[in-house]
Amino acid sequence: MAHLIRVGCSGRLSKYSSVVGATRSMSTAWWRHVEPAPKDPILGVSEAFLADPSPHKVNVGVGAYRDDNGKPVVLNCVREAERRIGGNLNMEYLPMGGSVKMVEETLKLAYGDNSDLIKDKRIAAVQALSGTGACRLFADFQKRFSPDSHVYIPVPTWSNHHNIWRDANVPQRTFHYYHPETKGLDFASMMDDIKNAPNGSFFLLHACAHNPTGVDPTEEQWKEISYQFKVKGHFAFFDMAYQGFASGDPERDAKSIRIFLEDGHQIGCSQSYAKNMGLYGQRVGCLSVVCEDEKQAVAVKSQLQQLARPMYSNPPVHGALIVSTILGDPELKNLWLKEVKGMADRIIGMRTALRENLENLGSPLSWEHVTKQIGMFCYSGMTPEQVDRLTNEFHIYMTRNGRISMAGVTTGNVGYLAKAIHEVTKSS
Amino acid sequence: MASSPILSLASSTASSALPCRRRFLHNLKATSNQMTFLGNDHINSKQSFFRTSMSVAVENSKFTDITMAPPDPILGVSEAFRADTNEMKLNLGVGAYRTEDLQPYVLNVVKKAETLMLEWAENKEYLPIEGLAAFNKATAELLFGTENPVILQQRVATVQGLSGTGSLRLAAALIERYFPSSKVLISSPTWGNHKNIFNDARVPWSEYRYYDPKTVGLDFDGMISDIKAAPEGSFVLLHGCAHNPTGIDPTPEQWEIIADVIQEKNHIPFFDVAYQGFASGSLDKDASSVRMFAARGLELLIAQSYSKNLGLYAERIGAINVVCSSSDVAHRVKSQLKRLARPMYSNPPIHGARIVANIVGNSDLFSEWKEEMASMAGRIKSVRKKLYDSLCAKDNSGKDWSFILKQIGMFSFTGLNKAQSDNMTNKWHVYMTKDGRISLAGLSSANCEYLADAIIDSYHNVS
Repeated sequence: MAHLIRVGCSGRLSKYSSVVGATRSMSTAWWRHVEPAPKDPILGVSEAFLADPSPHKVNVGVGAYRDDNGKPVVLNCVREAERRIGGNLNMEYLPMGGSVKMVEETLKLAYGDNSDLIKDKRIAAVQALSGTGACRLFADFQKRFSPDSHVYIPVPTWSNHHNIWRDANVPQRTFHYYHPETKGLDFASMMDDIKNAPNGSFFLLHACAHNPTGVDPTEEQWKEISYQFKVKGHFAFFDMAYQGFASGDPERDAKSIRIFLEDGHQIGCSQSYAKNMGLYGQRVGCLSVVCEDEKQAVAVKSQLQQLARPMYSNPPVHGALIVSTILGDPELKNLWLKEVKGMADRIIGMRTALRENLENLGSPLSWEHVTKQIGMFCYSGMTPEQVDRLTNEFHIYMTRNGRISMAGVTTGNVGYLAKAIHEVTKSS
Repeated sequence: MASSPILSLASSTASSALPCRRRFLHNLKATSNQMTFLGNDHINSKQSFFRTSMSVAVENSKFTDITMAPPDPILGVSEAFRADTNEMKLNLGVGAYRTEDLQPYVLNVVKKAETLMLEWAENKEYLPIEGLAAFNKATAELLFGTENPVILQQRVATVQGLSGTGSLRLAAALIERYFPSSKVLISSPTWGNHKNIFNDARVPWSEYRYYDPKTVGLDFDGMISDIKAAPEGSFVLLHGCAHNPTGIDPTPEQWEIIADVIQEKNHIPFFDVAYQGFASGSLDKDASSVRMFAARGLELLIAQSYSKNLGLYAERIGAINVVCSSSDVAHRVKSQLKRLARPMYSNPPIHGARIVANIVGNSDLFSEWKEEMASMAGRIKSVRKKLYDSLCAKDNSGKDWSFILKQIGMFSFTGLNKAQSDNMTNKWHVYMTKDGRISLAGLSSANCEYLADAIIDSYHNVS
């Protein structure tokens, strides 16, 4: 692609050198060589869905929670927080590191209310533009301070992970993760890859509710992974986008991170409130990096801010205020915990319903993985061609890797969805 | 540091190097005076003793070599101001508007828009990567005028960005990807973060002369000459109005000549419009430089920000606009801007976008905004006048202070050098940036005389 761009570029240069004499006419088109970008494989699905006029259409593409009527949800705790902050204060720039209060509360969620790391101020943390922004800041930070390092990314992963580390110019390698035959974790191969990677490699791990597969290591497996990381001196970067959404209990969903911390790993972590607080469009998240001591944490934080400054100067306030209002008030926080559990429970219910529907239709395939996988997504095992049939024949929208966003499944559409899936898979 | 001997024993790799790196960090802290800007808590050298359970098999930190980043020259000023306990202190650092009582100001139209938004209780779903459609439409129309041919012909690729910074960064990334051998010409001086943005985006830049210290005005000949000398097809970064930090804008006649030269050299004009409405008080008037370039049929880039003119600083709302030769090209360019944004932040924040769209889209609110805009710009103009009058009254040296009146927008370039600016801070507790820039938005008429005293003292008694 870069080669094509450069060819186009030099083509343009020679073209306009003949036009240089004309001054007042329409200047040469500078951007003619710009190709249309491919549609984003995830966000492009929603665009296509919106454009579809069919009354039966179902969107199980992007990971945005829907209620049982298929409607977006704004949590009650969020509405209440907005009432409290509405028409308030001012909109002055946040510090470059973002809202201090929001970051404090956010660290407690990941590291534990009584974390020694927090007490000892060993965590460098900044507010970030949701999970994407946190990952990007970390990738840029990794590039700047470990310029020779690679990042090991699981196969598969959220597609934007590849874009992020690529645009940060960090070379990528992959490690085994998903096992297509079992639709579960390929633990043995994953451990081999961890062992074979050079000592001190950087690994991207999904803390819970792996996206897109929904396949998470067990607690015992996490302990083994952590041990192996110690032996190899690897760096663990956790992307935690679904805390609370996996099991319904945020403490439980942070277990993988806590295991690593107990073992003394100095981790990095991206946290997002897009899903678990429904603050998608507000772009609220946090990047944290555990350091050896407070002084180093201050230095690292200053460098993270230095990376953020030429990207967006300082992060947006509105979502951060919502988060800190909720988490800072015990009553609101309890309400939030209830509502998160409610969302997680609805999804677990839909998993059961989808599986039962498919089994009742007499599907020849096993759909056990639908209920074994965890979080917002189900990696159905369908091929791109089968997905295309779902879209073209049944107006069901999902990403071509066969990932179903269970959040988009309702009691109203689960029957239709099961029938369609059965239709395109029954002969496989 | 009590922890270092324990750490060097426990670490498994490069342990012999570790004590050296720690010494380096320690020396850096001891000698750097930049630490003072950062407030109290980091200097507190509370010992963090290693828990023995964690010292077992802890890998070496990969970040041991990381040094403290210098404080941001602009945002760091506010931090230092906050730490100062002197009652006379003035914050003339960051360009954030203050009322006469030196309070932050949330515009009435913004409060009204937010109240409406609370009532409507819309959802918080992801925006598309390019942002809120209603906002993108409104922002382009505000910039060019609703009937402008570039709008009617759909030749503008508009993508919502994270205020001015984020929009500039997207443009820089686009330049790096599609014009890898081109450079950006930036004014000397310019907003401090411009260089950071192009550096981090790996776009080479060079400076064109702009500020003339002798006249405290525009070095027009130098500017034209440097733009002419640059390689053909360079990007020329221009401030649409209210140049930051100098407050010195070209006249309309000078703008025409700048456009002539840019066309001759086949350069691409790249406007940073962070103060539309704040310069003259009129949104349309402040867009005239951009509109003149567009009227010539040029393709151009324009970054916009609503931080100042709608007081939406922390909401991070702005846009990048690329005027293209055709709507087809604009469509493609927009798709590539999206592709750059996705791995930066996926999609932009909604709140500020909705506020802007609701204000601009409602004729009553829009009219009210124009009035509030005029009154904010009016307060700044009157404070300029008062400062000028105070300087003339108090300074007996015969120095010509009229440059203060000629400058426009939120800032004034005082002509003070770094040592003199330091004197402003250290002796007078006036916080400003080291390039001699003061933000008049942070000045009340009650403080003009004090400020005049400080400036006169610094100018005459410090070199």
